Amino acid sequence: MSQTKKDLLVDPLVDNNPITLQVLGICSALAVTSSLQVAFVMALAVTSVTAFSSFFISCLRNQIPSSIRIIVQMVIIASLVILVDQILKAYAFEISKTLSVFVGLIITNCIVMGRAEAFAMKNPPVASFIDGLGNGMGYGLILMLVGVIRELFGSGSLFGVTILETVNNGGWYVPNGLLLLPPSAFFIIGLIIWAFRTWKPNQVEEREYKIQQVEAH
Amino acid sequence: MSDTQSPEPKGAIARFLAAPPDSVGKTIFIAVAVCLVASMIVSAAAVSLRPVQEANKLKDKQINVLQVAGVYEPGIDVAEAFAAFEPHVLDLATGEFVDDQFDPATFDDIAAASDPELSEPLENDPAGIGRKAKYRVIYLLRDENGALDKVILPIHGYGLWSTLYGFIALEENGNDIFGLQFYQHGETPGLGAEVDNPRWKALWNGKKLRDDAGDLQITVAKTMPAAGPDFYIDALAGATLTTVGVDNLVKFWMGDAGYAPFLAKLQAGEI
Repeated sequence: MSQTKKDLLVDPLVDNNPITLQVLGICSALAVTSSLQVAFVMALAVTSVTAFSSFFISCLRNQIPSSIRIIVQMVIIASLVILVDQILKAYAFEISKTLSVFVGLIITNCIVMGRAEAFAMKNPPVASFIDGLGNGMGYGLILMLVGVIRELFGSGSLFGVTILETVNNGGWYVPNGLLLLPPSAFFIIGLIIWAFRTWKPNQVEEREYKIQQVEAH
Repeated sequence: MSDTQSPEPKGAIARFLAAPPDSVGKTIFIAVAVCLVASMIVSAAAVSLRPVQEANKLKDKQINVLQVAGVYEPGIDVAEAFAAFEPHVLDLATGEFVDDQFDPATFDDIAAASDPELSEPLENDPAGIGRKAKYRVIYLLRDENGALDKVILPIHGYGLWSTLYGFIALEENGNDIFGLQFYQHGETPGLGAEVDNPRWKALWNGKKLRDDAGDLQITVAKTMPAAGPDFYIDALAGATLTTVGVDNLVKFWMGDAGYAPFLAKLQAGEI
């Protein structure tokens, strides 16, 4: 691991993005991106959980018995998620009502487990913390991108501030209702992955199979 | 797939073999220690943040009372606006206020539902609530001249996954619905949770509970009943069981086991 700290932070944003390259954490990306404010809070929550869980797991990495390492990781991650959930309920009540079930589901977000298992178990605490921060931000970046598209064209606003006056409120913009439904996030994430891989062709995965030419009998 | 995704335990395992052995004692020690520390942190957070969370919940409930009565606007002083509402503790069976027995400001009718002294088990229980409190806290809103304007009644019942808690606001005649609002539920986001959708909630405005013969006709369903559009609220698409739950709970609370005695008194002008 000869990566510099800056690489650890910047790499997951585009080159090794957890959503577009590793295709992890899609479930919550579909659920929370219909409004930017919610997506932003979710991104913050995931980033802090990933960073701190990587940090604590890395601190303990030489002491965690391998037979129960996943359970120990889960305990640490779950505690941090509950902590975040409690803090949101206390200081961002309205958003926590919309997010609540998804905050709990950060526990099962593959990005958090993935970083714990693939990076934090083998690297020192500070590097793990930065790696977690970077991956959380990579997740957040895609969330915000999807959120901008969905909220702007779905409800004509950004962060709740009206940009395109919708017909329902006496304006001219006919909002695209599909963008407020979860499937639209699938399409948008697919298009973003396509764009990323066109821009950086080395992200394209190798084919696992090849269609064979068979001679006709 | 990337090199970071699949578990690659070689490094960790190799290091661990070099470290003190993966003994039973150490495994148990780590498991206990991690769980203890984690549970202490979690409970400390839960206990220390509880007062703030309770205050949030109270404010949220007050906002919901304001919203269902149609007087809420973002940015208003919630506590001040809420002061205009007159809370009363209502004896469901008699339809009389019993404010001399209980303090309406502090009486918790949700907690009362599990207190054997203050509640009764339900044999006929369409709302799926098990026990019914004998007393509930209701709110009256009066206009500038002191005349009764709206009545806000708490309602709750089981949907698909969860108990829905909410309020129904009635006009002063005790029969016309002004609005309905749930402040707490755990229904499926996007389907059952559409009970929060302003467009669906707007359907309730102007509907009537009872027909001229005094029969309870209000219905939430996919097809319109014979009673006609005045008593009919369209179901939520894709959320049949939540719809059935809402239908049941509204019928239950507006019926004889619920607020019917009180509403009869209201219509007779005795409130």
